[in-house]
Amino acid sequence: MAQTLVEKIFSKASGKEVKAGEFVMANIDLAMIHDITAPLAIKAFREILGSDAKVWDKSKVIMAFDHQVPADSVHAAENHKMLRKFAEEQGILNYDVKGGIAHQIMVENHVEPGMLIVGADSHTCMYGALGAFATGIGSTDMGFVLAMGKLWFKVPESIRFNVHGKLEKHVYGKDIVLKLIGMVGADGANYKACIYSGEVVEKLGMSDRLTMCNMAIEMGGKAGIVEPDKTTLEYLKAMGRPYEGELLKSDEDAEFQEVELDVTGMEPQVAAPHRVDNVVGISEVEGTRVDQVFIGSCTNGRYEDLKIAAEILKGEKVASNVRLIVIPASHREYRRALKEGLIEIFVDAGALVEAPCCGPCMGGSFGLIASGEVSVSTSNRNFIGRQGSPEGKIYLVNPAVAAATAIYGEITDPRKIK
Amino acid sequence: MKMVGRAWKFGDDISTDHITPGRYYHLRSNMPELAKHVMEDADPDFMKKFRPGDFIVAGKNFGMGSSREHAPLALKIAGVSAVIAKSFARIFYRNAINVGLPVLIADTDSIDSGDELEVDLGKGLVVNRTKGIEIRVKPIPEVMLKILHEGGLVSYVKKHGDIKI
Repeated sequence: MAQTLVEKIFSKASGKEVKAGEFVMANIDLAMIHDITAPLAIKAFREILGSDAKVWDKSKVIMAFDHQVPADSVHAAENHKMLRKFAEEQGILNYDVKGGIAHQIMVENHVEPGMLIVGADSHTCMYGALGAFATGIGSTDMGFVLAMGKLWFKVPESIRFNVHGKLEKHVYGKDIVLKLIGMVGADGANYKACIYSGEVVEKLGMSDRLTMCNMAIEMGGKAGIVEPDKTTLEYLKAMGRPYEGELLKSDEDAEFQEVELDVTGMEPQVAAPHRVDNVVGISEVEGTRVDQVFIGSCTNGRYEDLKIAAEILKGEKVASNVRLIVIPASHREYRRALKEGLIEIFVDAGALVEAPCCGPCMGGSFGLIASGEVSVSTSNRNFIGRQGSPEGKIYLVNPAVAAATAIYGEITDPRKIK
Repeated sequence: MKMVGRAWKFGDDISTDHITPGRYYHLRSNMPELAKHVMEDADPDFMKKFRPGDFIVAGKNFGMGSSREHAPLALKIAGVSAVIAKSFARIFYRNAINVGLPVLIADTDSIDSGDELEVDLGKGLVVNRTKGIEIRVKPIPEVMLKILHEGGLVSYVKKHGDIKI
């Protein structure tokens, strides 16, 4: 039977050959919880197993604090304290406030091709860039996973996005995925796995692949996936954990819904307020006056993103009407950016560089916008109120657009400067 | 089980940020307080008009966005009887069932705000008493129906010990 990569992973995890549409009980390889969703998950876990409950396998549960970091209130501090105690009691790995964004920590340190992973956060779908099946679940489902080490799933169908052509300068994985979201809509991939394929994706580095998989949820996708290849293996090696196991891939004649995209001549893409699928070419919103620019998040806070931004910001100053916030996605990305002088470029330009965390993307911590203000952001959601006031506006862009916009104080096409 | 209440109508793609805005997340360990702000960014006056027992009615893709379970939980605590929509975002749908909030897929075009609805979960039927129209509800997958009947995943597992597929 010809199978998609998704069907193969669920066959492995459920111990029987399965097809899309089947309901299965599948064993979980890794479970991720963070400071916002962990408390309810722990509550459900204890309600199921009792107050002295132990997680099913302490080596498979990973905790990180990233949404309110460092603690932005006494409430957040109390929450961190409770979670810290839970991690200690359970003997699970806790990155605490020191690792960065949970998703970035996971791909750097834990995710392997072929794994079935759940995270109590919708952007867990990012890990599929390494050839795993990873999906976001709610806290009660996570409570069940912590107790039982398994979860029921409907095996999803797969949409294969075939991306062809040649990318223009300053057009990246972010622009491709925004374009695709605009094409299929916010629910265009609901319940389905999004497999990114084609000559353009094959040539993309891991950072761009992570960006694309991260945003699969913005078209409703259950997972974002790039079939594992040489780039996957090189990335794992660079992270200090070379992978020599089996590389599961879709069979040639497996069943997919296919979507084609030719990116030749495509300009940088922008998701305009207040929907991620409200996608336009940059020429339609150029000149929009901006109050805040955010470069960071699990979508675009990696070294590669910071390097793109730093090359544009080098020797420049942030416009007087703009506050630029730069937040590396993880401790590892931060160190690399620091070593290579990127952080100095940002500081010299007048940016506020913060420690690795979700930052303004969470909309309930720091770096918020006021009513009537406009934010240009490399993150993944521009819903009403997502970065503060419900009367603010958020435009989602790639890091080059964000950097150029910070210099000129209005939405700026990076291809038109320097 | 029959439920009667008024409908409050929303459009397509209501996100988890509309349902429970991020700026109130400091209230998340005090769910009754967080529940006072449900739907605020979709309709700032919603909680003034809403009465416990009423229904939320929407277009397609209700609950898109975050995996935060606080969204369906806050709706339930606020007293929403059920959400009726043309379709739901995947994680929200599952979370709602897990916390025991009925979520019904049906054609909602004929329902307007203020209409009095009667919902029969067992029969899978929505009766619009104001307009005299009956609407069929799409069947819920069997495993989810069982969980919903026990009032949510935790009580289901406590009673049955495990989930059988």
